[in-house]
Amino acid sequence: MNLAMNSALNSTINSGMAPVATPWFFYVLAGVAVISGVLVITRRNAVHAALALIVTLLAVTGLYLMLYAPFVAGVQIIVYAGGIMVLFLFVIMLVNIDRSSKERRFNRIWAVGLGAACALLALFVFAFTKGKALFPDRGMPLAEGSNTQEIAKMLYGEAGRMGQYTFAFEIASLLLLVAILGAVIMTKKKI
Amino acid sequence: MPNFIMSYLDSKEALTPGSAGSQFWALIYVLIIFAGVSVAVIAMNWIERKLLAHFQVRLGPMRVGPHGLLQPIADAVKLMIKEDIIPAEADQLVFWFAPMIGLLAAFTVYTVIPFGPSQAVSDMNIGILFMLGVSSLGVLGIVVAGWASNSHYPLIGALRSSAQMVSYEVAMGLAVVSAILMTSLNASGTGTLSMIGIVQAQQQQGVWFIFKFFPLGLIAFAIFAIAMVAETNRAPFDLAEAESELTAGYHTEYSGLRWSLFMLAEYAAMIAVSSIAVTLWLGGWMRPFPNLLHAPAWDFIFSLFPGLTFLALAAIALIGVARMPAHSFFRIQRIGLAVFAALLGFVALLLLVIAVAGRSADMSVAGRFNDGIDHVYWFVLKVAVFMYLFIWYRATWPRYRFDQLMKIGWKVMLPISLGVLIVTAIVGVIFS
Amino acid sequence: MVPITTLHYLVVAAALFVLGVIGVLIRRNVVIVLMSIELILNAVNLNLVAFSRMWGNLHGQLFAIFIVVDAAAEAAVGLGILIAFFRNKETVNVDEIDLLKW
Repeated sequence: MNLAMNSALNSTINSGMAPVATPWFFYVLAGVAVISGVLVITRRNAVHAALALIVTLLAVTGLYLMLYAPFVAGVQIIVYAGGIMVLFLFVIMLVNIDRSSKERRFNRIWAVGLGAACALLALFVFAFTKGKALFPDRGMPLAEGSNTQEIAKMLYGEAGRMGQYTFAFEIASLLLLVAILGAVIMTKKKI
Repeated sequence: MPNFIMSYLDSKEALTPGSAGSQFWALIYVLIIFAGVSVAVIAMNWIERKLLAHFQVRLGPMRVGPHGLLQPIADAVKLMIKEDIIPAEADQLVFWFAPMIGLLAAFTVYTVIPFGPSQAVSDMNIGILFMLGVSSLGVLGIVVAGWASNSHYPLIGALRSSAQMVSYEVAMGLAVVSAILMTSLNASGTGTLSMIGIVQAQQQQGVWFIFKFFPLGLIAFAIFAIAMVAETNRAPFDLAEAESELTAGYHTEYSGLRWSLFMLAEYAAMIAVSSIAVTLWLGGWMRPFPNLLHAPAWDFIFSLFPGLTFLALAAIALIGVARMPAHSFFRIQRIGLAVFAALLGFVALLLLVIAVAGRSADMSVAGRFNDGIDHVYWFVLKVAVFMYLFIWYRATWPRYRFDQLMKIGWKVMLPISLGVLIVTAIVGVIFS
Repeated sequence: MVPITTLHYLVVAAALFVLGVIGVLIRRNVVIVLMSIELILNAVNLNLVAFSRMWGNLHGQLFAIFIVVDAAAEAAVGLGILIAFFRNKETVNVDEIDLLKW
């Protein structure tokens, strides 16, 4: 049994696996994402909104997988659905929003806000119809099997050289440190 | 036979159905794993009650079937015909689907668990990331269940559970990363997140990662082994369902089938995290010393193990038959146990025949079948050890206090796992 | 069926983005406003990953990863502020959070 370590990875690419990226999948995922996105902003109850947002996030994860971005999909599940949303639910339960769920859902200037958003939507529609020719019909090939390794090379560099994003990566870690400190200082009654 | 069935079996490389693009066999594997996990959970139910009883010098279930063997079935029937109560003040919809979130998360994980080099549904490039992510979705089911019950104990249980799981996920993730770092210690210098790739890296380097850079691998493994108990809400970290404090924690208001879904999810999650530990540190599907004792004769000897195990189980059952009191009251029980022993013996015979038939290690269907049984056997054996440990912990250790739990998670486990990660990286650079 | 192109993904992302903007502008509950911001960030991520596929390189995916990091930091700090505020004013409504000091 001579098993090269990357044999499984390579064979995934070489065997010419039929992509699951069928239009049907796309439309289902997109529909789920948008419908639950609507639920996020219309539900009165914050927990329902959070659950709808989780569904949106998972649908978007599916879209990432269809775009040959498995690593981003994995990060999305582990950070968003597993981390951030649990934090949201935790806070919702902590601040007990029973009272607010009985009050008005929307603020007084909701008409203005909706109008502005509709204007934004019109802008998008205009841009997409005008600029349709900018987007090619077929995407460039992306290696799905070695996606993680490629991302690692860009993040951390290879063969002793710094990667293109190594500096940004370090800054991101600093950002997270600041965020942790900020959250702790903000929530603690006495330090 | 149709081409789509045979083409996968005839393929020369050992590939998972997902990698080979065979949707038919992927579906078959999914069904096998689903059934197997469900049966394992039912069996675990009996084993746990029996073992806990023996730890406390009791007999445990003895009435339903010989030595209580049919107890899980009786339990399942009881749970199914019980009234399904939804509290009036509960959030009906969320209450209804909360158990399913946990179940879904626990079972989805099994798509990437490698029971063998080709005995997995799919070999994902992001395997371990996917596993950690999806198993962390299980906490959502618990939180949402506690909230939807609209009752105090469940809510406190849910809050405790979410805080606990989020805290221990950090240490767990860092321990996993230090194991993944070890996969990159090869000529090309690239590691892998694929579950199958991780086991193959251990095979290439000729050492289980638990023994790699002793004691670094061992410490990382210990961190993971502690964190995974906390992650599955098992004793001594079962704060979320602490009986003496919160009656039953997040599932206090649940009853009947819905409650059993929570149990199913919990046990499935236990098996899943044990599988992660086995895959990352204990060589996954590999038998002991695959490189040292590498000869066809050794292959044959080790391939006899599954059959011999079942033979031993059959022997234990037969001893049970012999030790049963010679009273007419026990006649049916004795017959039942004898039939069970015969069944186990038959399985043992079947496995031994397959081992002998598939002796020549070619890529014929019989040979592959034999290989597959070998891989699955060693994998399941290692996972079973963890399952025993879970029960042992529960029987032995008292429950932690919540502040102690948090203190251990953040102030002990997290620094240690960070330190192990850093030292592993340094040692890896020096020795590669 | 029409094959799925980059434009399809962009349309979905635009829809999610507009939904997020609506949520930020009209909802009163701060928690849901923060969730709408997550929705917006997700729309941006989807755009970036779709462009990454369009050009056949990974820069878009890396940007998406950094945005996820950013979202985590933003959620932690945002919810921290929310808890601190709730402790003082017993409300989570945006239109009641209009004092510069008290």
